[in-house]
Amino acid sequence: MKKILVLFSHPKFEKSRVNKALVDHIKDMEGVTFRDLYECYPSFHVDVEAEKELLKAHDIIIWHHPFYWYSCPPLMKQWIDLVLEFGWAYGPNGNALQSKTCLNVITTGGAREVYCSEGTNSFTVNQFLRPFEQTANLCGMNYLPPFAVMGTHQLTENQLNAYVTQYSQLIKLLQQNLALSEFNGCFFLNDIPQLQPQ
Amino acid sequence: MTGSILFEAIVFLLGAIICVSIAKRLGLSSVIGYLLAGVLIGPYVLGFIGTEGEDIMHFAEFGVVVMLFLIGLEIEPKNFWDMRKTILGMGGLQVLGTILLSYILFTCLDFDWKVALVISMAVALSSTAIAMQTIKEKGLMDTTFGTSSFSILLFQDLIVIVMLGAMPLLGNSNTISSVDNHNEHVNLLDSLPMGLQTLAIILSVILIIVAGKYLIVPMLRKVAKTEVRELLIAAALLIVFSISFLMEYVGLSPALGAFLGGVVLSNSEFKHELESTLEPFKNLLLGLFFMAVGASINFIVIAKSPLTIGGLLLAIIILKAVVLFITGQIFKLKLDQKLLLTFGLAQVGEFAFVLLSFAFGLNILNQEQMDMMLVITALTMSLTPIISIVNERLILPRIGTKESVKRPMDHIAKSQKIILVGFGHFGSTVGRFLRSHGVEATILDQDSNRVDFLRKMGFEVYYGDATRLDLLESAGIAEAKILICAIDNPSVTKQVTKMVKAKYPHVELMIRVKNRYEAYDLLNLGMENIYRESLDTSLVLAKDVLSKMGFRKYTLNTQVHNFIKYEEAIIRRLAKELKPGDDSYIFKARQELEQQEKFLNEDFKRGIVDFDNHWDSEHIKKALEKSKD
Repeated sequence: MKKILVLFSHPKFEKSRVNKALVDHIKDMEGVTFRDLYECYPSFHVDVEAEKELLKAHDIIIWHHPFYWYSCPPLMKQWIDLVLEFGWAYGPNGNALQSKTCLNVITTGGAREVYCSEGTNSFTVNQFLRPFEQTANLCGMNYLPPFAVMGTHQLTENQLNAYVTQYSQLIKLLQQNLALSEFNGCFFLNDIPQLQPQ
Repeated sequence: MTGSILFEAIVFLLGAIICVSIAKRLGLSSVIGYLLAGVLIGPYVLGFIGTEGEDIMHFAEFGVVVMLFLIGLEIEPKNFWDMRKTILGMGGLQVLGTILLSYILFTCLDFDWKVALVISMAVALSSTAIAMQTIKEKGLMDTTFGTSSFSILLFQDLIVIVMLGAMPLLGNSNTISSVDNHNEHVNLLDSLPMGLQTLAIILSVILIIVAGKYLIVPMLRKVAKTEVRELLIAAALLIVFSISFLMEYVGLSPALGAFLGGVVLSNSEFKHELESTLEPFKNLLLGLFFMAVGASINFIVIAKSPLTIGGLLLAIIILKAVVLFITGQIFKLKLDQKLLLTFGLAQVGEFAFVLLSFAFGLNILNQEQMDMMLVITALTMSLTPIISIVNERLILPRIGTKESVKRPMDHIAKSQKIILVGFGHFGSTVGRFLRSHGVEATILDQDSNRVDFLRKMGFEVYYGDATRLDLLESAGIAEAKILICAIDNPSVTKQVTKMVKAKYPHVELMIRVKNRYEAYDLLNLGMENIYRESLDTSLVLAKDVLSKMGFRKYTLNTQVHNFIKYEEAIIRRLAKELKPGDDSYIFKARQELEQQEKFLNEDFKRGIVDFDNHWDSEHIKKALEKSKD
């Protein structure tokens, strides 16, 4: 079973209905290490050594965060800036993360329709996530398409429950070493056949 | 045996060192130690000091003057003005009440009315030296008891002038010129008519105020510029001497003048400098004064008529206590504060020596009456610290229970999850922040007046002594999640936290401590959450200094965070190294230096200023070049 590290960043977690539901279902799963970064580092003083140890001990890294201004919250960027050190994560001898797997789990207020060239946001989620994709690539990690809960403003209880179930199913699939080929053609992990309701 | 000044000095110093350290070891006030030392070296026990004890006393009274100057420094003019009602009200009530009761007592005992009146006036005055020294030593100046005592004593300082002025009117014959007492001031105003005297007094007070602003402060600035430390000491003494001289010259109490001078200078930038300069003088002179009082207790007079003296002694103390208690009652002091006041001022003070010998010189008192009253005065002063101990150890702890029974509102009905002990400057800030988050802690505080005041401000504060387990239990310690200990006093903190940890181990203790030593102590007792008040603020200041020097704020922020983390680790390690037993002051001071060195060394080894390579392109460039080679 693959070990999963969920790095969760949310500056106002206590006010987020959707993220609370998502997190509640996965944080105590077996083989999952859930890490609430804003709770660990309220003053942005990231403990680099501790974070590196955690990364080493896991196979799959999930960056779980709301989509803020088309990107991640600042503490997560701080985490990337500090932890993914030159000479450790990338650069000469920087191979600590080689062949690990990495993905973003995001929540967005806007629905999927507005994230396209014709929509108000002009670009797709995948395009906005390019920096994360390339960060993973530079560190030698396999970057998977994102799992996204979109249109959270209008999400009904039932829809939310469906997402929550999907998220935990996805984690189970990832733990069983899903082949990379199975994601081909999907822009979102939400769309892979295994996660579709029977 | 007592020929040499050096020998006398040795006797006094040795007596003080031995007796005061014993008193302190036993947890008693230093005043008791000094008094005991005086009795021991005095003419009736070891006989090192003869009758010159009285001369020494008059010299040492200067300690009281310095003390009042120092007290004045701590009271800003505005606060002094705010106190005027308490001074006149409480002081007036106490003095008049005592004179009246005492006069009745002594006339009933068949004393001549003049004698009775003189004695009553002397009896009405309490000892500023003993009362204020005790209050300061216990850090109670900010309590209602502290300010009330001070107000009464200040009024007595004022009224003693009137008393001295009125004394000649009672004189039996025209013997003023033959007055042979050393304390009698040769004073320029005696020959002047009453109106001019008053005018001179007012003028000299104005003179002090004006001189304080336009003469003393500029002088101190000049002196400070020379950067010769002893000049400042000289200047400080000069100020006090000059004011005392001026006051004696116009017939006012030097202590009162010194107090005024202190108030005038309390706003100046030299306040703390003057304080630290004069403090040692004050302490030594007061110690000398107390020893002289002890030495002046005439055991021959006591032996002659022990019953009369014992009876009078008791009667006078009770009489004074009753008047003080009633005064406290009228001014609505809480019971515990009232009792502290009652027992703290129930002695006849040093002014009695002045009044009595003046009256003796005027032939109002005869030798026998004079001796008797002097002995009683010295005895009441010596008994005060002992009575206070009885009050604090035996009476006050019981009062606490009664007090909470008497106020049904204080019965802590709803048990909350957080208990906050100590609601002073530290605790109240904690409480306010908690409350702003809707967290209503159960607050315990010792000062009943503060409790009332805070209640009016809308806080839920309960009165009580947190070292009492039953009180903590009624505050709901059994169901509490966290106890916040924000007490000022380290020994109380230790007592409370130790007790809670032993009896209610599930309660998380969050403890405010003053310094490293306290932290070590508590860490060794197994406490975890320790908050050193000296750590954060000092680092914020240091950070701001470095920022003003051009260091970047964000970097400094990170450094402060690292420093605290690292300091916490070190302190936990050092706590284990610090062996129990070597906690005496000198050892501590030396250890302080050694530790400071250790800290600096560790900083150096760790290279704290450059702790990571984050955002450092130089580092990347170097590494890339290396990999090319």
